[in-house]
Amino acid sequence: MIAPDWFREDRLPHIYCTGCGNGTVINCTLAAVEEMDWKREETVFVSGIGCSSRAPGYILTDSLHTTHGRALAFATGVKMARPEFNVVVFTGDGDLAAIGGNHFIHACRRNVDMTVVCMNNHIYGMTGGQGSPTTPPGAISTTTPYGASEPAFDLAELAVAAGANYVARWTSYHVKELTKAVTTGMQTPGLAFIEVRTQCPTNYGRHNKLRTVPAMIEYIRSHAMLVEKYNRLTAEGKPIPEGTFTVGELVRRSRPAMGVRR
Amino acid sequence: MSRTEFMQGNTACAEGALAAGCRFFGGYPITPSTEIAETMARRLPKAGGTFISMEDELASIAAVIGAAWTGVRAMTATSGPGFSLMMENIGYAAMTETPCVIVNIQRGGPSTGQPTRAAQGDMLQCRFGSHGDYSTIALTPNSVQEMFDLTVKAFDLADRFRVPTFLMSDEIVGHMRERATIPDTVEITPPRALAEGSLPYEAGEDGIPGFAPFGSGRFVHVTGLTHDERGYPDTTDPEAHDKLVRRLVTKIESARRDIADYEVTNPDAKTVFVTYGPPSRTVEQVMRDRQDDSIGHLRLRVVWPFPEFALEEFPNARVFLMPELNMGQMVREVQRHVDQPVISLPKIGGELHTPAELVRALEAYR
Repeated sequence: MIAPDWFREDRLPHIYCTGCGNGTVINCTLAAVEEMDWKREETVFVSGIGCSSRAPGYILTDSLHTTHGRALAFATGVKMARPEFNVVVFTGDGDLAAIGGNHFIHACRRNVDMTVVCMNNHIYGMTGGQGSPTTPPGAISTTTPYGASEPAFDLAELAVAAGANYVARWTSYHVKELTKAVTTGMQTPGLAFIEVRTQCPTNYGRHNKLRTVPAMIEYIRSHAMLVEKYNRLTAEGKPIPEGTFTVGELVRRSRPAMGVRR
Repeated sequence: MSRTEFMQGNTACAEGALAAGCRFFGGYPITPSTEIAETMARRLPKAGGTFISMEDELASIAAVIGAAWTGVRAMTATSGPGFSLMMENIGYAAMTETPCVIVNIQRGGPSTGQPTRAAQGDMLQCRFGSHGDYSTIALTPNSVQEMFDLTVKAFDLADRFRVPTFLMSDEIVGHMRERATIPDTVEITPPRALAEGSLPYEAGEDGIPGFAPFGSGRFVHVTGLTHDERGYPDTTDPEAHDKLVRRLVTKIESARRDIADYEVTNPDAKTVFVTYGPPSRTVEQVMRDRQDDSIGHLRLRVVWPFPEFALEEFPNARVFLMPELNMGQMVREVQRHVDQPVISLPKIGGELHTPAELVRALEAYR
């Protein structure tokens, strides 16, 4: 078991559905925490509202489960008041990109020294599968019964543009790469944003011909393309298959950051 | 050595916060409260604190709550539109019992209204503005001196009762300049620490749990969901919700006498003004001018929790007159506690009642 001392076992059973990818993301994040050798007394997990945001409730540290969309603003207060704390934010696509979009870009702009892990399952899972700002065009959800008609946000690119010092994207399939990315993010001063494309078989897959967990994971895996390959194909003018998204490290830089441990 | 200065109300509020040990301010510029943020931006870094201009008022109060959980005294200041934006997280602060201070320099509303004009239009919003049942504490200064004194007091009450506490001022007092005395130090009472062996939301007889800020090794899970004494979500059990929310309300309401702060003038009077904030200054002027013992004055410095027992200080009262800078808000609270007629004297538009207006009311209703 990864980081057993960090689990609130008395909170079991958890709320996640069978086949949910969020547990994988929590595991990878805790593996990174273990790699960092952080102390529980100095670590704070913060989240907003949604399936992703229930994660801090299962972790044995001080934690703030806040209001919908506002996790990064709360986390900014924690970190700016006490830079010696390690601050990790769990969020989801609805929490971060819809209701919390403004806080997202401003936290990246400020480059507050914290790690933000976004479980992007392309859907509002907790409320039963409504279309979110990352629902791919054409995808079926309870509020896009004829297929999503809006363009989707690319969260990682948004974080790069807004100024975060470290941005990576992986999937719930790529557990080793994801763990390494979260670790690198934690090591990088400034805001580290790690987007994780993850499966919601219950509320996304079910409506999109991806009924089983393996089918969903395989779909995500097969549409992920290393950013280096993507850039090479693009430079060579070669076609990119539809539905492809990049994975890997999108940026690592050392712009001025706020709230760095004194 | 204290110092006496001619200063602005908003500056005195910031000075009070600094004196009270406030070391975190998260805010967003809004007229007529901005001088508080400006003063904190200038002063806090030199005092070892943190000033941060957030992206909006939702973020401001969120950052303040986050900072408060690290154990620092934290504050924000705003006005009507920003106050409205803060409502959801104010409910979160009430639910999670986060000590913090919210200053509202009230202006004319609704909506953008009158940015540079005074009002007392948010008096019910500060009590009932977030969804669900909860209680809060609200203080109402009427002078620059009280902008200092009551800000200090707001921090103590917030810590003691673990509740978001409001300084409900307005454009008149916030922008007024008069003499104020700033003491070198003020006495500060920190929140009671969470006792060894106690659960994070296990309250004693007073209904207030001890506080274990982040970093104290108690590993507190803070959630706005209905939670048990461990702080763990328990969102469907009717008894768990009843127990928690009833305690959140009762811990404040049962301490009404303790929290109450008011001034009584001429308790034998037959005609009694009830005021809070700057309309009290006009009443004081009328009473100075007329030297008439049949006029009484109850001035509230704490309006929430409402101290209904203060009305009993006037056993001979035949009528209560209540000038407010709104269409009649706190007057409803007075009306439901007394049998005598309670006359609302509303005034909106941004100016104080004139002495002549109050004299006309006196003559009409006495």
